[in-house]
Amino acid sequence: MYDFELVRPTNLQEAIEALQAEDAQALGGGQTLLPTMKARLAMADRLVALSGIAEIKGICTDDNGRICIGGGTTHAAVQSGCAETFPALASLAGRIGDPAVRNRGTIGGSLANNDPSACYPAAALACNATIVTQNREIPADEYFLGMFTTALEEGEIVTEVKFPVPQAAHYEKFIQPASRFPLVAVFVARYADGVRVAVTGASSDGVFRWGEAEAALSADFSEDAARGLTAPDAGGMISDLHGDGAYRAHLVKVMCARAVKACL
Amino acid sequence: MTKVTMTVNGKSRSAEAEGRTLLVDWLREGLRLTGTHVGCDTTQCGACIVHLNGEPVKACSVLAQEVDGAEVTTIEGVAGADGTLSTVQQAFQDYHGLQCGFCTPGMVMAATSLLKENPRPSEAEVRHYLEGNICRCTGYHNIVKAVMAASGQDVPAVAAE
Repeated sequence: MYDFELVRPTNLQEAIEALQAEDAQALGGGQTLLPTMKARLAMADRLVALSGIAEIKGICTDDNGRICIGGGTTHAAVQSGCAETFPALASLAGRIGDPAVRNRGTIGGSLANNDPSACYPAAALACNATIVTQNREIPADEYFLGMFTTALEEGEIVTEVKFPVPQAAHYEKFIQPASRFPLVAVFVARYADGVRVAVTGASSDGVFRWGEAEAALSADFSEDAARGLTAPDAGGMISDLHGDGAYRAHLVKVMCARAVKACL
Repeated sequence: MTKVTMTVNGKSRSAEAEGRTLLVDWLREGLRLTGTHVGCDTTQCGACIVHLNGEPVKACSVLAQEVDGAEVTTIEGVAGADGTLSTVQQAFQDYHGLQCGFCTPGMVMAATSLLKENPRPSEAEVRHYLEGNICRCTGYHNIVKAVMAASGQDVPAVAAE
């Protein structure tokens, strides 16, 4: 790892100020950034550790019934803290990486990084969660802008994520067992006004909503309706040694049908 | 360099660290506690697992300065002061849960955490929990048997699917 200055703010304001410096980078749980820096694929003059900021950790429910999760909340804390209130999200959190990774990695870090195969972006997009920063609130529909790209600006920190709780939801993950990331995963969320389907691990543009599945499932929320869909176009899919684009496109459909079945 | 102090295996210990110094290097180089191993250095293998404030973490993916003041337990702190092995360690010995031993510190730390959270796990739960610990020689079956034995349960004769 190239050397850097580590700053450990204890409140949000200090963190915001520390990130004003040139080439400063926020450090969430470090379970992606530190391995990347160790491989010298990334570097920064200054890392601003967010782990000491109590005000961006924890889970609560707001007046609109939304589950509000602090950006610095670990996957393990989401797994235990949402088990009763939002079991589909708790289940997703409990399948990220492994127990040691889940004790450090955070929801804010995952959403800020927007890895095209990460788990949380699928939940955030399927629920149209609101991503909150120190400056503004961003609907998930406007937040994910492609592989490793988000609407966040320099120095902006994900302080909170607000999830409207679906009537039914399930995250179906076809795991790539070496990395523990999904090869393809689908989050299906059913609300009173329709069904939303978000896909991760498949597209080279990162997480996306599968419109055809949403339309079909909003009209008929059944496994048969999901099985009757045509798989999305393989053209824009990730193709690598773990699976080619056509295989990933096929998996999108299968994971979606399994997720619907699990909701019923 | 900054002086970093933690409570390691019950004792206050200090050593210098750069911003980039990893917890595992601070333990191994700074304190000469070399029981915690670096297997992959890419956050995948789990050989470097220690307990940080009671929870298992990969010490190769935590910055030492970031956890200044924390409480850390390493493999050196697991056995009794007189050298009596912990239940998990003894079970690894009894059930031949190691061959070369390189992954063993991480396996023991992870298994100890599992049994603290879930004192009577099923075999499937043991396998799921240890997914972040890679062993390249024992092949896991004896490790799973050791963890089942350490939990006081029947040890499966043949590994399940």
